[in-house]
Amino acid sequence: MMQKGALNVEKIRIDFPILNRKVSGGRPLVYLDNAATTQKPLAVIDAIHDYYMNYNSNIHRAVHQLAEEATIAFEKTREKVAKFINAKSTDEIIFTRNATEAINLVAYSWGRANVKKDDKIVITEVEHHSNIVPWQILTSEKGAKLEYIGVDDNGYLKMQEYKSHLDSNRVKLVSVTHMSNVLGTIVPVSDIIKMSHEKGIPVLIDGAQSVPHMAVDVQKMDCDFMAFSAHKMLGPTGVGILYVKRDILEKMPPFISGGDMIKEVHKYETRYNELPYKFEGGTPNIADVIGFAAAIDYLNNLGMDKVREHEIELTKYAIDRISGVKGVTLYGPRNTNDRGGVVSFNIGDVHPHDLATIMNDHGVAIRSGHHCAQVLMERLDVAATSRASFYIYNTKEEIDTFIGALEEARRLFKI
Amino acid sequence: MSDDIYREIILDHYRNPRNKGKLPDADVSIHDSNPLCGDEIDIHLKVDGDKIKDIKFEGRGCAISQASASMLTEMVAGKPLTSVKDLTKNDILENIGLMNLGPARIKCALLSLKVLKLGMVKYYADRDPATAKKLQDDSKGL
Repeated sequence: MMQKGALNVEKIRIDFPILNRKVSGGRPLVYLDNAATTQKPLAVIDAIHDYYMNYNSNIHRAVHQLAEEATIAFEKTREKVAKFINAKSTDEIIFTRNATEAINLVAYSWGRANVKKDDKIVITEVEHHSNIVPWQILTSEKGAKLEYIGVDDNGYLKMQEYKSHLDSNRVKLVSVTHMSNVLGTIVPVSDIIKMSHEKGIPVLIDGAQSVPHMAVDVQKMDCDFMAFSAHKMLGPTGVGILYVKRDILEKMPPFISGGDMIKEVHKYETRYNELPYKFEGGTPNIADVIGFAAAIDYLNNLGMDKVREHEIELTKYAIDRISGVKGVTLYGPRNTNDRGGVVSFNIGDVHPHDLATIMNDHGVAIRSGHHCAQVLMERLDVAATSRASFYIYNTKEEIDTFIGALEEARRLFKI
Repeated sequence: MSDDIYREIILDHYRNPRNKGKLPDADVSIHDSNPLCGDEIDIHLKVDGDKIKDIKFEGRGCAISQASASMLTEMVAGKPLTSVKDLTKNDILENIGLMNLGPARIKCALLSLKVLKLGMVKYYADRDPATAKKLQDDSKGL
C-alpha cells in the first residue's frame, strides 16, 4: 500500500522499531514531530549498545586496547561528519551537546573576541531562540546592536532590508537559519553569504533543520560557521556539531576549558591542544557520538537527494490535503521547492494545544506552541501554531490519518 | 476522549468567557503563564471585607485554560476569601467536569487557580503572613 516514490518507505520502516508502537489505546503511532527530533534506526541503537557492552572507555588518553578502540570509533564519526557536509578537514568539526551549544560557542569565543561597541549582528525574524538569545546576550554585553531581516507575508526574507543592514558598514556577523523550523522556508543562504563576503563579513548558518533533510556542502555554500544537531537526523540526543572554517577557528580563544583541550598545563599558564580538541574540553558524549556515525551511514545509503525528493512529495500532498479542510490557515511558502517538510497551520479558533490533544487521540504526534520562535509568532500575530513535520519513514497514508484527525477537530469545535 | 473534553459547556466558556476584562479599581492584580504552552492568565480582584466583591480575568490560550478561568470566576465571585483560599485541584477539575486530563493538559486547567492563589498571596502578604505562606506553598503544587 506504500506509495511508489523516491524512497522504499516500507523497507525503511522495518528499521525503526518504535514505529510499531501503539498509542492512545491501541492506535498505530503516526509520528509527525520530526522537526523536534527524529526517531532512531536500530543501527544507531545497536552502535550505542555495542560501545557500552564491548569497548566502553574514555578516549584520547589511555593506551589500553579499549581506549584505542573507543578513540578510533569516536574519530571515525568526525571523519563521517566532515565528509557528509564536505568540510575540508576533520579539524574543522567540533562536537558539542547540541546546535544551541554550537551557536553559543561562537557567541562566547569568536563573538567576545571580535564584537565591539556599536557593531551590529544581523539575524532574521524566522530564527529559533537558539539563534537569537546568544546574540542578545553578546550585543548587550558589548553595547553592540542586534538587527533583524524581516520576513514577508509569504514566508520569504526581505532581502532589501538585508542589503540596507550591510550598507550601514557596522555589521560584524550575519547569523541565519538555512531552513525555518516553523514556516519551512529554505533561506537563500548562498546569496546571503555572497553579499556578506563582498563586505568581508563572516556568516553563521543554523543548519539544524537543513542538514538532516537535504545535501549540504559547506565549501560550496562558503559559510564560515555552521551548527546542527545529530538528534534531528536519526542520531542520538546530546550531540551537536559546529563547523568552522580553519583560518577563523585558528584565531578563536577556547570556550569550555579543562581536560582534553590542553597540550601542557603549568601553574600559571596553559598551552592549548590542537584543533579541533582545543574546543572540546572535558569527556565528550562518547557513546552518542559513536552512535551518530550509524545515523550518517544510514542517510548516506538512502542518498540525501532522495531524502529531499521524498519530503517534497509528502509536503506537496500534505499542503494539498490541509488546504481542503475548512477554516485552515497555512503559513510559509506555497512552492515546495522553496520549503522543507514542515507544515505550520491553524484551524479556526482552535488553540494548537487543543488540536494536539485531539490529534493525540488519533495516535498522531504533532507539535503545538511557539516552536521556540516567539519573534516569528509576534510577526505572524499568532500566539501559537500547530506543526506537522516529515521524515524518511512517513507515508501519505499517515497524512490521511492526520487529515482525519483535523476533520474531527473541526467537527468538535463546530467550525 | 476528545469528545469528553470538548463538550458544549467548555466550548461555550471558551468562546463566550464570563467575567473577562479589566477591573480598574482592583485591590489585587496578578499575572502568570505556563511556559510549556504559553497560556496566559491575569486575575483582578476587588475585595470587600472578607468577600470577593468582583473578579475579572484576562488571558489567552487553549480552550481548557480559558474555559477553566471563566468557570473559576463564576465559582468564586461573591464568596468569602476564607473559603476560596482552600480550593484544591480536585475542586477545579470537578468544577469543569474534567477529571481525567493527562499531565500536560492538567496544567492548562489549573493555571487560573494558581493565579488566583498567587493573587491571594499578594492580598494576605501584610494582612496575614502565615496564610500568605500557605497559599504560596499551595500554588507551587499546581
